[in-house]
Amino acid sequence: MVERTPFLNFFTHLILFAGFVFCIAPFVIVTIAASHNLKDVNDVPMSLLPGSDFWINIKTAWVTADLGPKLLNSFIVAGGTAIGKVIVSALTAFSIVYFRFPGRMLMFWLIFITLMLPLEVRIVPTYAVVANVLEPYQAIMDVTGLSWLIEKISGVQVSLSLGLLNSYSGLILPLVATATGTFLYRQFFLTVPDELTEAARMDGAGPLRFFIDILLPLSRNNMAALGTIMFLWAWNQYLWPLLITTDQSHAMAVTELKQLIPNVGGSPEWHIAMAGTLIVMLPPMILVVLMQRWFVRGLIATEK
Amino acid sequence: MEKRVTFSKWTIGILFAVPQLILIFTFFYWPAGQAVYWSLTLQQPWGGGNIWVGLDNFRSILANPDYWRSVSASLVFAGISTGLAMFIALVLAALTDRQLAGSWLYRVVLIWPYGIAAPALALAFRFILAPEAGFLSVVNQMWPGIWDPGLDGTDAMASIIVAFSWKYVGYNFIFFLAAFQAIPRSLIEAAAMDGSGVIRRFWDIQFPLITPTIFFLLVINITESFQDSFGIVDIMTSGGPANATNLMVYKIYSDGFKGLDYSGAAAQSIILMLLIILLTIFQFRFLERRVHYR
Repeated sequence: MVERTPFLNFFTHLILFAGFVFCIAPFVIVTIAASHNLKDVNDVPMSLLPGSDFWINIKTAWVTADLGPKLLNSFIVAGGTAIGKVIVSALTAFSIVYFRFPGRMLMFWLIFITLMLPLEVRIVPTYAVVANVLEPYQAIMDVTGLSWLIEKISGVQVSLSLGLLNSYSGLILPLVATATGTFLYRQFFLTVPDELTEAARMDGAGPLRFFIDILLPLSRNNMAALGTIMFLWAWNQYLWPLLITTDQSHAMAVTELKQLIPNVGGSPEWHIAMAGTLIVMLPPMILVVLMQRWFVRGLIATEK
Repeated sequence: MEKRVTFSKWTIGILFAVPQLILIFTFFYWPAGQAVYWSLTLQQPWGGGNIWVGLDNFRSILANPDYWRSVSASLVFAGISTGLAMFIALVLAALTDRQLAGSWLYRVVLIWPYGIAAPALALAFRFILAPEAGFLSVVNQMWPGIWDPGLDGTDAMASIIVAFSWKYVGYNFIFFLAAFQAIPRSLIEAAAMDGSGVIRRFWDIQFPLITPTIFFLLVINITESFQDSFGIVDIMTSGGPANATNLMVYKIYSDGFKGLDYSGAAAQSIILMLLIILLTIFQFRFLERRVHYR
């Protein structure tokens, strides 16, 4: 604060408080609605005094949408994506920053371009690839005549096929296949002093040793930031899991929310829907609150 | 920027990049190429491969009034929600940056909405904005039938805009606050010494210095409104009523997976990709400018 501005300060507080209410209101309303019974939740206007059915509703939502296994799936997919991202991006950034090889710039741009097109806009063909993940390789072998050659020589017809629909790898791998984290690491590696590399080389460390013993411990902050962001991002995915999990065993929690929308003709069970919403949005909320520092840092550094 | 000291065994170096290269080839470049191929061919109904049709798919899409309605709905959605989310976030961040007592609370809480999954907040807003229950239903008690997102296209559009903006206020707030805090305090104090008030300082110092962030967020918000809107639309309106909220990504999904028109969906994907690439190039022009500010 530079000068005394009592009026302006008053308005600042007023507007900020309005913003605070605007942000917090949906959370509060969802929680209160989740505590009412069928009649109270449909009162117009709904009473803002909490009802007494909170735990019953939570339990009903949990059972109706079968949230237990779905939350577990969400944890596996979000955790897998975060871990995969943290590892794969570190490896690639190390390769781009610490080596000089022919085609390095081409590789850099090939990876960089993937930042431009999100999964949502190329969803249809990506779905086809996941239905048979070896299809690109089969096509390449067909075109180059390699499969013809193999058939002539060994008499075996080559038809590669590996479907990843309804599997964790089908959910996770396409989410890992973008460049977000690579550039976070790249920026960080570029700030690591050259003297460290020189000293390590002097002491006889090869690239692998340098990477594991020096670079990785140094990038712990980056890993926390990237991991947090990626976990949230994967947890909140909707379109992708909706498409590729056709059977219930691999469905994720966020996609199950659709089951809870009250039917037009049926009884308006908003209290159950809101209880389900609360359960699904709680884990990311807890993560944001606990990891706030890393969350903010990761968002700003990845600049998505 | 390049490293001065590197490792000489570059064959090992390439090995480090192999996992990512395989991933992006399989799940990015192949599908993107496939989309181009599909958009130029037509799948025959009884099998037997694709026949080459050139730009016919694009022609039939561009001649379809449904598609243009979807484009204009997307643009309206992108324009209004980006404007709302950015304006509210800018005001809140500028005020939080004044660092009055208790501003830490806002710094913590205003970020929360961004952590919520779009479909979850969509379901919450569907209840809050429902015509027969929840909160906005009060207006229907006073003037029956004035608010019904299930029947009125404008109401439905307003609902998804509110839900999307609510989430992205949190996102924009993070970036605006970081930008404000990066401005040296000495600049502000010097201006105050010279007798300029809070508003004057905002327009003459803070606002010009954060323009790069504004451009950056503008592009991000618009591109996100093309993709992140899917969950919101699917939960709140399913593209209805009468296609009023059938945004481009939602139309790709429903044409491709419900209508099984892969070629048409692929052609639409290509158009959307080009649009996003254009926006990204636009953004890089400004990102380069941004470097000059530092």
